[in-house]
Amino acid sequence: MPSKACALCQTSRAILKRPKTGQQICKECFFHVFETEVHNTIVDAKLFKPGDRVAIGASGGKDSTVLAHVMKTLNDRYNYGLELFLLSIDEGITGYRDDSLETVKRNQQQYNLPLKILSYEELYGWTMDAIVEKIGRKNNCTFCGVFRRQALDRGAASLNVDHIVTGHNADDIAETVLMNIMRGDIARLGRCTLICTEGEDTIRRSKPFKYAYEKEIVMYAYFKKLDYFSTECIYSPDAYRGHARVFLKDLEAARPSAIIDIIHSGEAFELLDEVKKVAKAQQVCLRCGYISSNDLCKACVLLEGLEKGTSALAIVSCASLAQNLIQTTESAV
Amino acid sequence: MNQHLNVTLQFGGGIENLFSNKRTQNIQLPATFTPPNTDKPAPSNIQYLIQWMKQNILQEREELFIENDTVRPGILVLVNDTDWELEGEGEYVIQDGDEIVFISTLHGG
Repeated sequence: MPSKACALCQTSRAILKRPKTGQQICKECFFHVFETEVHNTIVDAKLFKPGDRVAIGASGGKDSTVLAHVMKTLNDRYNYGLELFLLSIDEGITGYRDDSLETVKRNQQQYNLPLKILSYEELYGWTMDAIVEKIGRKNNCTFCGVFRRQALDRGAASLNVDHIVTGHNADDIAETVLMNIMRGDIARLGRCTLICTEGEDTIRRSKPFKYAYEKEIVMYAYFKKLDYFSTECIYSPDAYRGHARVFLKDLEAARPSAIIDIIHSGEAFELLDEVKKVAKAQQVCLRCGYISSNDLCKACVLLEGLEKGTSALAIVSCASLAQNLIQTTESAV
Repeated sequence: MNQHLNVTLQFGGGIENLFSNKRTQNIQLPATFTPPNTDKPAPSNIQYLIQWMKQNILQEREELFIENDTVRPGILVLVNDTDWELEGEGEYVIQDGDEIVFISTLHGG
């Protein structure tokens, strides 16, 4: 097949077909549009202001490695005036996390950014390996997700940062929209497409790659020769998200714009008034002080469940369970 | 006429785990093959290469690499550093000395 000229510069040879637009573009133009689109996402959403201290959630994987590279590039190029940090969480998954942390340490050298690593072990007294051994292979992601969210907030607080950025990409967000529909999780459905979330007691958290296709992130890393770690979490094959991912990949193969379109559908959802009323007001966890919808935050409820062996109940969101645990704690004192 | 093509295969994103953990492999691919339902040999293309890989070097879990006669969605293919979508995907006819890269995107970020 004869090679085509780049649709943008008309000069160099096209090496990539963009899934988002179908355009056939050359390497340099690809770097430029990819980086510029992320810059536009950041500027349009007014994510940062000069002087902000920003922690990049870094796992050593493809998304966070490219995110660190692009944030540093854009910060320099457009003078965002940000102080950037790498923040990494060690969940204690042997053979997975210990290897990827080596990649983060290399990233620290390559991008010359300060790095902080926090572990579940030191924060909660439990590694994911220990948790899975206790509760089996179902619902692990529930524990891990809740713990990681809090761990990132605590790490960011200890670094005194104003903002956390994570590498969630368009594919991830589209998958989340689909998952929430499939599970009827209306509260999450209303929030999951927000580019920036902020709570009373939690640090602002944004997703600059919200509109960046996973394929382009991987191609960017490949052509820029960025070094990242790529193995599936050993506990993930049983995860519910896998169903949404497979479905989404098939949709993308048939019609590449499906990913962005699903995100736009998600953004357009509006909750009915009667549904909104059921949403709980935010309060503070009585045990650890973290933000919570109930008297005990989800992480504390899960931990109590682990300690007492009642973890199966803890998976289901239940305010009365939290109430029981508080009464038990109080009477034991 | 040369009966075989020298092809370099590169694997990334974890897909190398299915191919004896070797990130680079140099193979000798037959220059022609006989497509199903015909008896005329045709020049080897990527679709044939994928079948050849399944039969000769794929060690395990073929469903993680192949789906419906092509690569599983989520695996990116590059031909001489070019997106295979620009080269005709499975129909691209392989040349001697070509480098084909398979990168999986199906893992955590």
